[in-house]
Amino acid sequence: MLCGECGKKNASVHLTKIVNGGKTEIYLCDSCAREKGELEFPFEGKFPLHQFFSGLIGLVPAAGSDAPASQRGGVQCSGCGLTYAQFGQIGRFGCDRCYDSFGENLHSLFRRLHSNQKHVGKIPARACSHLMHKREIEELKRKLQESVMKEEFEEAARLRDRIRKLEEGVSSGGDSDG
Amino acid sequence: MAKEERQVPEDSLEKDAAGAESIKEDNPLAEEAVEDGGRESGLEEQRRVNLASRWMEGSGPESDIVISSRVRLARNVGGITFPSLASDEQRKKVYTMMNEVVGSQQDKFSSFELIDMESLSSIERQVYVEKHLISPLLARGGRFSALLLREDEVVSIMINEEDHFRIQCLLPGLNLDKSWQESTKFDDCLEKQVDYAFHEQLGYLAACPTNVGTGLRASVMVHLPALVITRQINRILSAVNQVGLAIRGLYGEGTEAAGNLFQVSNQVTLGQSEDEILQNLYSITGQLVKQEKNARELLLNEGREKVADRAGRAFGILMNARIIASDEAMRLLSDVRLGVDMGLLKNVTARSLNELLVLTRPGCLQYLKGKPLSPYERDLERAVQIQKCLS
Repeated sequence: MLCGECGKKNASVHLTKIVNGGKTEIYLCDSCAREKGELEFPFEGKFPLHQFFSGLIGLVPAAGSDAPASQRGGVQCSGCGLTYAQFGQIGRFGCDRCYDSFGENLHSLFRRLHSNQKHVGKIPARACSHLMHKREIEELKRKLQESVMKEEFEEAARLRDRIRKLEEGVSSGGDSDG
Repeated sequence: MAKEERQVPEDSLEKDAAGAESIKEDNPLAEEAVEDGGRESGLEEQRRVNLASRWMEGSGPESDIVISSRVRLARNVGGITFPSLASDEQRKKVYTMMNEVVGSQQDKFSSFELIDMESLSSIERQVYVEKHLISPLLARGGRFSALLLREDEVVSIMINEEDHFRIQCLLPGLNLDKSWQESTKFDDCLEKQVDYAFHEQLGYLAACPTNVGTGLRASVMVHLPALVITRQINRILSAVNQVGLAIRGLYGEGTEAAGNLFQVSNQVTLGQSEDEILQNLYSITGQLVKQEKNARELLLNEGREKVADRAGRAFGILMNARIIASDEAMRLLSDVRLGVDMGLLKNVTARSLNELLVLTRPGCLQYLKGKPLSPYERDLERAVQIQKCLS
């Protein structure tokens, strides 16, 4: 079959286009197909990753979402000036303050990426000694509960004394979860 | 036209190894590597970049299946813009901080060397990427991007990568605990002098939301040829994904894992402690090892001669080929490795096979040859290096 465009060379490309339900079929030779740009796949190798990510962080409003995307994209980080919309595009924070600046917007993102929204791992020792303290108390309280359940009262008393001692050390905020 | 482009398989293989093409273009230092090489030689000879690493030793627990274990921690300095948006001045601040830590804790850092990315040629940087010591991102450089590398290449700290600091420990075999202990030790060293970006609720703050929390990414490199041969691999891949771990081919994308090498890593960094993350990865890796061993057993019972034949043929081609492409080399090396691990092929060490994983990569070949090579020239040089290493 000859090329439907130039009518000279043999057609090597069979193209079926479906536009709005209407179907057209054309047969083209190599060079005509290339000229018409029909061999190029517009999205090849360029999966719009950032759009995927924007969807994930809620910049593309889901059906039924009431806050318009433009409004939510308007939040700007007070530290580095990155906007929430930019964050959606690059998928990276600009500085540590972004985390506070974008605040609640990030909850659903973290929920989807991670199992939980509260860090339970290592704590920097020097900077956050109060945090370590707090966590140690929480852990001791958990153990205290356990030993009371198991009726190990000697152990429970020992734990209670240790908790008391530690709590005296934490002057502020130590009793918030008591 | 588009089709032709896709027919060069090596390009896809090399994509993750430093985005070789893009580096070559914008690097004025490329000539340095040329002057520095030009002679052919083995690993022993003195070079600016060492080609062997501890992780290639082929030792450690389960080393017939688990090639290496890695732990890396993402850490940032509070109040300084993350590297990708930072000014030169801010990047310098971070770089200087690292220098100060090294200077004041000399007992810990005596065997470390600080390597500025700007001081390396593009080929040298690619070699570091291929040895898994730096990320392609760090290799792309930028001012004040550097690598702090311990002599044995087990511990490395990337400076001004995606995060201000990335502390990494890479060991042979299934060795996640030791990797974690080393990493956290150097994390403590830094923390003595650096005010980390840390959030009471969210933990260590990282540039990428997928790293927030522990900032910990733990991974193992596993060789699973028997699971691939017995067609169980897809079932295994989806099972691993379902328990919250990521598994992917080490080279290439998707299930097209060149050389039957896979990397398994944790995805969750927030809401799980380091212990839980490591334990989870450890036990899943244990499962993988068990399944692979069962599959190997099955192969031995059902087709011992077939496996031996396959390994022997692979060895024959590797020893005699003059032109060999990257994916073919990876495939054959995997066959040989399986033969060696199952005791069907003698006189080849796990170490040389591990070294070849790196030596056959484009950056290393060009580094050894001392000049940029075309894909065809690399195929020639690859054959030379394989024969040298295996004989």
